[in-house]
Amino acid sequence: MAAPEHVIEVEGLVTTFGATTVHDGLSLRVRRGEIMAVVGGSGTGKSVLIRTITGLLRPKSGSIRLFGEDLGALGDRARQALRARTGMLFQDGALFGSLTVAQNIEVPLETWHRLRPGLLDELAGLKLALVGLSPAAGSRYPAELSGGMRKRAGLARALALDPEILFLDEPTAGLDPIAAAAFDELIRSLQAALGLTVVMITHDLDTLQRTADRIAVLVDKDTTIGTLTELRANPHPWIQAYFAGPRGRAAAGGES
Amino acid sequence: MTAWVETVAGPEAATLRLGGNWRLAHLARLDQDLQAALARLGETPPRRARIVAEELDQLDTAGGWLIVRTIRALEAARVAVELVGARPAHAALLELLRCSQAAPCDPPPRDHPWLRLVLRTGAGTVHAAKEAARFLSFAGAVTLSLLRQLLRPRSLRFTSIVHHIEQTGVNAIPIIAIMAFFIGIVLAYQGADQLRQFGAEIFTVNLVAVSTLRELGVLLTAIMVAGRSGSAFTAQIGTMKVNEELDAMEVIGLDRFAVLVTPRLVALAVSLPLLTFLANLMALVGGGLVVIFLLDIPTVLLLRQLQAAVGIDLFVAGMIKAPVFAVLIATIGCYMGLQVEGNAESVGRLTTQSVVVSIFAVIVVDALFSMLFATFGI
Repeated sequence: MAAPEHVIEVEGLVTTFGATTVHDGLSLRVRRGEIMAVVGGSGTGKSVLIRTITGLLRPKSGSIRLFGEDLGALGDRARQALRARTGMLFQDGALFGSLTVAQNIEVPLETWHRLRPGLLDELAGLKLALVGLSPAAGSRYPAELSGGMRKRAGLARALALDPEILFLDEPTAGLDPIAAAAFDELIRSLQAALGLTVVMITHDLDTLQRTADRIAVLVDKDTTIGTLTELRANPHPWIQAYFAGPRGRAAAGGES
Repeated sequence: MTAWVETVAGPEAATLRLGGNWRLAHLARLDQDLQAALARLGETPPRRARIVAEELDQLDTAGGWLIVRTIRALEAARVAVELVGARPAHAALLELLRCSQAAPCDPPPRDHPWLRLVLRTGAGTVHAAKEAARFLSFAGAVTLSLLRQLLRPRSLRFTSIVHHIEQTGVNAIPIIAIMAFFIGIVLAYQGADQLRQFGAEIFTVNLVAVSTLRELGVLLTAIMVAGRSGSAFTAQIGTMKVNEELDAMEVIGLDRFAVLVTPRLVALAVSLPLLTFLANLMALVGGGLVVIFLLDIPTVLLLRQLQAAVGIDLFVAGMIKAPVFAVLIATIGCYMGLQVEGNAESVGRLTTQSVVVSIFAVIVVDALFSMLFATFGI
């Protein structure tokens, strides 16, 4: 079998804020088509890592390759074109408040493609249906939606351009267990049908259990990567506390 | 590689051959081609249609949607549709899209422009009436709360009042002083220019003294304070509302009027008159310098002219407005802050509105004062 293709390659990443070093020589490689979960304690730089990979933050040193292309070496235009191949779901959706949900989904489509208005509305309806919202939700404003619906709408916008990589920042935080389980299911089925690569930050042990192919644990300013089973066998005290603690065991026990 | 669709229409069965990359990049053209193909088939609808997808290379949800949409349209025209040759991955995606019950979003509704004008006028009127009623009830509540606290002076939040006096009064001293100084200079220059034609330069003193002490000093200070502190009140209270801090106070059992509104009101009622006094003084200094150095009028003469021009009633007529303006600005600023809805955007909108409304109110009330003074001959 050929070596798996890596769509994201982070090497020797160093990020600092003032005197605080968040990442020190961090490396992370994500294979095409896998769901990679990123976990870590508060302040270990999970969000910072994703914001650096998407180019929202500049690293102090180290290289980041998306689809084999070095982000730091690209010009603005090439980087924007690369961005069109990724989608991001922000923690609270980050929907544009002055636009309806449907218009929010149409923004990336209009930015990158010339399509007639009727077709735009069809595609917006399609994306809403994919994330489990009715077309009627399209004409509402973000402020009129519940937190869970805003997340789904944000996901629909992230999926607008059929991205190859999807970044999710705590997709199930703040959702009730039923909605969270449905969201897990949704991510899984979209990943299977569209062949997405997913990188998600999560604190939700059930989500880890049900969706993640591999898990990157941020400890000691670097990553430890493995499947759930591999990580359970890892002797690192923080990893043990995380996966073998009362909550970790409860999530594992729910598996049948 | 591009994407294409080929239609072979037969009397009994039609065939649509799909090939290439059915992706977002080619969507506009594929959409046109498919519409055209459907229109052609619609003239003599076949009984059966075969969609051959074996040459399909890449397929995303947008391309898949076009296929699903075509299948739906054909089936609605009573054509039996058969999808053949799709790769397993493509078939799975098409199945997912087919089951997703997708339907186009409605475009935003558009009313007739005239109707929209009428609707907006009506909605605006109703909104203004409701707003006025709400503001009136707010002003009543503030008055009650203030009276209750004045009866028990210990319940006044002294620290908070001092803090707000510092914020709205002490910190505003430089800007108010400089502004008034320049206003005095401008008035004196303009007045001297006109009065020189009659050889009555000395009356520049009267012009500057009367106009600033009676009107401009207090009016400009109030406008400056509305822009500086009224807006700050709205933004502070509005941000607290967005953060649910007001709800937290309610749950703890704190009275939001006593905690947030009355200290600001009392503080501004103290600092605005003091700032007005400062502004009056600085405007006189600015005007006086022009008179002394530009018109070459000796200081003694200037002071004698000033004494003759300004009576205590003139000074009082200006100063008496200051606490009234202060109450107006503080009430409007706090009211607007409490009107904030739970998002950051409304904080910005109401802060702007707060400044506009309070400056407008200050000018209207100033005009009322003028009428009142004229009626009583002050």
